Amino acid sequence: MSPARSCTPPAAPSARCGRPAIAATMGPVLDEENEAAQARDKVLAQERDLRERVRAFLAEHPPAQTPREDFLAARFDAGLGYVHYPVGHGGLGLPRNAQPALEDELAKAGAPDIDVRLNVIGLGMAAPTIIACASEEQKARWLRSLWTGAEIWCQLFSEPGAGSDLASLATRAVRDGDDWVVTGQKVWTSLAHHARRGLLLARTDPDVPKHAGLTYFALDLHAPGVEVRPLRQLTGEAEFNEVFLSQVRVPDADRIGAVGDGWKVANATLMNERVAIGSSRAVAREEGAAGFAAAAWRQHPERRTQDLHQRLLKLWAQAEVSRLAAERLRQQLAAGQPGPEGSASKLIFALLNQELSGWEVDFAGTDGLRYDDWAMRRDASSDYARGPVFRYLRSRGNSIEGGTSEILRNIIAERVLRLPAEPRADKDIPWKDLPR
Amino acid sequence: MSNAVSASKVPPAPDLLYSDTELALAGALDDLLSQRCGPAAVLARTEQPEAYDVALWKALATEIGLAGLLIPEELGGAGASGRELASAAERLGAHLAPVPYLGSAAVATATALAAAKSATRPGGGHSAGQQAAGIAADLLRRLADGTVTAAVAVTASAMPADKFPAAVQLSGPQPGDAAAGIVRLRGRIDSVPDALPADVLLVPAEGVPNGLYLVEATGPGVHRVPVTSLDMTRQLCDVSLDGGPARQIAVGASAAAALEAGLVTGAVVLAAEQLGLAQRCLDMTVAYGKERHQFARQVGSFQAVKHRLADLWATITQARAASRYAAACLASGDPDIAVAVALAKSACSDAAVTAAQECVQLHGGIGFTWEHPAHLYLKRAKASSVTFDTPGAHRAALAGLVNLPAPA
Repeated sequence: MSPARSCTPPAAPSARCGRPAIAATMGPVLDEENEAAQARDKVLAQERDLRERVRAFLAEHPPAQTPREDFLAARFDAGLGYVHYPVGHGGLGLPRNAQPALEDELAKAGAPDIDVRLNVIGLGMAAPTIIACASEEQKARWLRSLWTGAEIWCQLFSEPGAGSDLASLATRAVRDGDDWVVTGQKVWTSLAHHARRGLLLARTDPDVPKHAGLTYFALDLHAPGVEVRPLRQLTGEAEFNEVFLSQVRVPDADRIGAVGDGWKVANATLMNERVAIGSSRAVAREEGAAGFAAAAWRQHPERRTQDLHQRLLKLWAQAEVSRLAAERLRQQLAAGQPGPEGSASKLIFALLNQELSGWEVDFAGTDGLRYDDWAMRRDASSDYARGPVFRYLRSRGNSIEGGTSEILRNIIAERVLRLPAEPRADKDIPWKDLPR
Repeated sequence: MSNAVSASKVPPAPDLLYSDTELALAGALDDLLSQRCGPAAVLARTEQPEAYDVALWKALATEIGLAGLLIPEELGGAGASGRELASAAERLGAHLAPVPYLGSAAVATATALAAAKSATRPGGGHSAGQQAAGIAADLLRRLADGTVTAAVAVTASAMPADKFPAAVQLSGPQPGDAAAGIVRLRGRIDSVPDALPADVLLVPAEGVPNGLYLVEATGPGVHRVPVTSLDMTRQLCDVSLDGGPARQIAVGASAAAALEAGLVTGAVVLAAEQLGLAQRCLDMTVAYGKERHQFARQVGSFQAVKHRLADLWATITQARAASRYAAACLASGDPDIAVAVALAKSACSDAAVTAAQECVQLHGGIGFTWEHPAHLYLKRAKASSVTFDTPGAHRAALAGLVNLPAPA
């Protein structure tokens, strides 16, 4: 993947200053204490100002008398959506960690908030990409309805022929006047059946090497030629979709970034996906998959065996440690020292979910041979309360979706550990000449 | 995205990052250890009679103040906490420093601190208790300034939850003992870590009630026999006591509490040391993967190699969180410390053993030689995973702590 990400401004953590450490370092050093006190005062003043601003806004827009959509739109316009968004586009250009003070004031007033789960790809991936890479005109056009949830977004990246090797994708966009004409097939598209817009990566130049011939667009899913079909998975349900694009006209005004810069913009999207995963909320002990297993163990003493006990203790400990690792990652982000540890989270999460749900089926005995329903359901997200068999089957996808564990290990090895890449045959050949 | 409402239901986790003070301390330690404790020097020492580097320990104890990290300032220590104690251990583990930090600055110091404190508790202040606390406080002063090194005489596999050791008993007093405030101990404790370079032994002895006693290690009736140890950089010894004089520093429940405090601190510090060792093994192996060529390629470019290193890195990120949590719980006296110790000791032991084994394997032939330091890491890692008990024993302890009872 390209290391050049000119359109993404990740804040580099300032190197922590080391001072000579002797036993005396345990005592106070006045200069640093003053600096720390000043920084603290600044943060406190910023929070005070923000809280005042929210209270003034609430006085002007009393939540009880304002319809939800109007209230959220007014919040966005006042810069009180996400405070880390830019001024004029729903935010105040403040650090992310200023947001809790805003939400605290709103919660105290009983004000409505957005439903993050409803537009998870819009908020987690589309908005950061738009903020980093789109034009001012595009930001003005898209961000407000994205943030309020009026327009759901999805991501049109993967294709049947381009999974791990995303940059080899074949959906073509051909220039025609002020439009591009797009034809191809996308797959594994969450939320496409609810979405109004999609982040689309398409090939605009087949005559250059694969990474260089891609361009990034925002696709209107209501445009003629877009067909969304459910994609049934091995659990029986259909969380995802296939999206067929036949001669869909996309205005050039909806192109994000320069022609041929699609890979760079896509990397901004994927990097934000990782940040979003890393900064998700704190969870409690036993809140995840370990909670299901522990509850089953406590409920059914008659099913307990030594083997299952050993396995459960090991998995419980691993799950609790992975919860602490996620917490540590959140603390790193809050302290402005984003580390690469987020790449480990997904790898471990997938392994643990699979092991724990496999344990649950074993513990269930013959109950583990019964399933609730194979009928196709059109779920937007999985209902993990459906039982151990469902969890076992669904968890098989955890090490495939959003980057397989094998690709993740390559990323960790090459980007975190800086190990050399495998020699590659596909980097300098025009895309159209690649063997397939 | 932040979700203040649901986040507020989750009890806040302690700070799991490294403070500036910890980073500075680690930096100073790395500087000193790189100069005085390189791989060649550590390997050379394993073939000398003196397994511990006493001069290095004096430098660490007095110049950097490692011996007195946990000891309050009024007793001449640094007044630091379990957090600094643990992050210093990471550096010592990374360099395989052959010094008695674990036994003296962690286990013995925490034991003596708890003993000194127990007598000052309301209701604990009878005169014998005060005398014992005075002996403990005096020991702490001498530990802090580096004039004395101590070890708790327990076998390496001891665990905080174990019942009070019965290997040593009181033996018959000699004339004048009562007036001198001493008793006589008899018994044998095998495989004691960090007791060889110790000046003072803290000996738990069974009796009515049980007690914790201070014994001069070089005094009469104390015999220490070096053990040919799996861990060549932390040599064990068998300790036997043959009626040597001893002074009580804690008794009854206070003695048990002091010993438990020492072993809890030891487990947290050893887990941190294992974390430092694991990270160093990963770093060495990654560097070798970039340098070594086979099939006209760097071996680190093969997925068969790099995927194993990626998995190891992920394992270490998990172990780091567990170690930091245990250090934070130790520092603040968090009631979750028992769970934290079980998590940290099991996660860091497993990570260290895996890292050292991968280090040997992914170095190929050179990793199996005596001249390459990989074997020293392997031996330290495997021995440490048994020391203060195995990952399995620590996970088994969780059964009672988090209500996952064993089958009836």
